[in-house]
Amino acid sequence: MNVFGHVISWPQLYGQLLIGLINGSFYALLSLGLAVIFGMLTIVNFAHGAFYMMGAFGAYFLLKLAGLDYWWALILSPFAIGAIGAIVERLFLKRLVGLDPLYSLLLTFGLALIFQGLFQNFFGASGLPYAIPKQLSGAYNLGFMFLPVYRGWVIVASMVVSFGTWLVIEKTKLGAYLRAATENPTMVRAFGINVPRMVTLTYGFGVALAAFAGVLAAPINQVRPGMGADIIAVVFAVVVIGGMGSIMGSILTGFVLGVVEGLTKVFYPEASNTVVFVIMAIVLLIRPAGLFGRAS
Amino acid sequence: MPEAAFAQTPAAVLKLKGLQAWYNESHILHGVDLDVREGELVTLLGRNGAGKTTTLKSIMGIVGKRSGSITFHDRELIHLSIDRIARLGVALCPEERAIFASLSVKENLFLPPEIAKTGAMTADRIFTLFPNLRERLSSGGGKLSGGEQQMLAIARILRTGARFLMLDEPTEGLAPVIIQQIGRTIAELKREGFTILLVEQNFRFAATIADRFFVMGHGRIIDAFANSELPGKMDMLHEALGV
Ligand SMILES: Nc1ncnc2c1ncn2[C@@H]1O[C@H](COP(=O)(O)OP(=O)(O)OP(=O)(O)O)[C@@H](O)[C@H]1O
Ligand SMILES: [Mg+2]
Repeated sequence: MNVFGHVISWPQLYGQLLIGLINGSFYALLSLGLAVIFGMLTIVNFAHGAFYMMGAFGAYFLLKLAGLDYWWALILSPFAIGAIGAIVERLFLKRLVGLDPLYSLLLTFGLALIFQGLFQNFFGASGLPYAIPKQLSGAYNLGFMFLPVYRGWVIVASMVVSFGTWLVIEKTKLGAYLRAATENPTMVRAFGINVPRMVTLTYGFGVALAAFAGVLAAPINQVRPGMGADIIAVVFAVVVIGGMGSIMGSILTGFVLGVVEGLTKVFYPEASNTVVFVIMAIVLLIRPAGLFGRAS
Repeated sequence: MPEAAFAQTPAAVLKLKGLQAWYNESHILHGVDLDVREGELVTLLGRNGAGKTTTLKSIMGIVGKRSGSITFHDRELIHLSIDRIARLGVALCPEERAIFASLSVKENLFLPPEIAKTGAMTADRIFTLFPNLRERLSSGGGKLSGGEQQMLAIARILRTGARFLMLDEPTEGLAPVIIQQIGRTIAELKREGFTILLVEQNFRFAATIADRFFVMGHGRIIDAFANSELPGKMDMLHEALGV
């Protein structure tokens, strides 16, 4: 194949598609968390990238300090980082309810810088290694390409967690509480539901999703203080494209844009780092509320 | 049981004493005194902006700043949070109905948790009162007509087991035939022993179901009387309500 003067081979195409799907898995998990948080708290959580990074460090600490392996980390790290998120909500974000969203934006942005700075201070900017768990090492031969087992796992895990979250929000009683409180928190409280606690837990859950993505990422990239800052700009673009607060929108947009980015790398590598932002600009011009968002 | 016990007036379910309320800096309620007795239907009248909705919201705990006393079954509510008040058995059907558009009718109906084991209406009983709702269960909450929304808003608080209901202008903006249906429903609820505080502009409607009236003006109660005294109050009401 010859496109734009590049000679493209099929293995190269499959390879980039796979990388695109992997990146999309992270975009989906991260933008999903942002959407969940935005829906309930109407805040743009700029600390999301930092929590993602802390999730990866959580896995690293659990291994180094407690000897707990990847599988433990997959559960414990999101739990711990989610708890930190809940504390952040209780201590800081709660006080900003009703104020201009700019305040919570600045607060979470400041927190992100502090968290990242702290980790950089103690661990330097370079990465710490985290090995792929032995159950997930090796590769499948799919006939047309080799699929590293771990990468396949990341895609599956991300899809299961993303769609599971969607199911809970759209189809369960708990999800109905969340949707109702998103629309009219006062009325939900007037039915006897402790909405402030629900808000805290929702923020904690969104943060836990970011930390979960961080644990998934640890064996792929190294564990680095800057890993969150690197990915978060694209994730915010994904959220804008998908539409703020749309759960399914953020999941689908995450996966699709990962793939689009991968394909761009094949067909027009020069644009691969900017294609998401170009799409964002176009979407903002045509549908300011995002592809799946409802105009308000 | 001694005969005298039946002769006594029923105990007050709700008592407001010197209730004041503010929205930010604006002082809206200037000392409201009001009581609702067990099994009674009390109607709060008053012209637009008199503070009727603010009174109900203050009882529910929704108004941020309030002072004075609100007792519910002798329990002080003034410092309790909204959800605590709700869990004591106070239910509000708000003026704007507040049907959740992102939830189906069914989800709306079953959203409020049961706050009491006894006294909660079964779904079947609710569908007998509001047959229209059964057919609309899978519709989106945003797709209902005004009348259907009002019925859903009332039905929604009947399922919780709350025995004290506050209904804020349930007939507002509805067609006469729907108003009649809602009137019959409220009368039925009263027969079933619910205690009801109703806000209405339409006192002809209220006269058919109320035991007592309170009239509000500028954040105060300006008159209170029993339904039987209504004929003698007509001139005052026309004046106070501007109708
Ligand atoms: N959220 C608010 N913030 C500030 N002022 C308010 C708010 N809600 C109501 N008010 C004011 O409080 C006063 C009382 O309003 P309230 O809604 O209690 O009146 P009401 O008797 O229910 O009137 P209506 O018959 O129109 O429903 C009005 O002057 C209104 O403008
Ligand atoms: Mg009102």
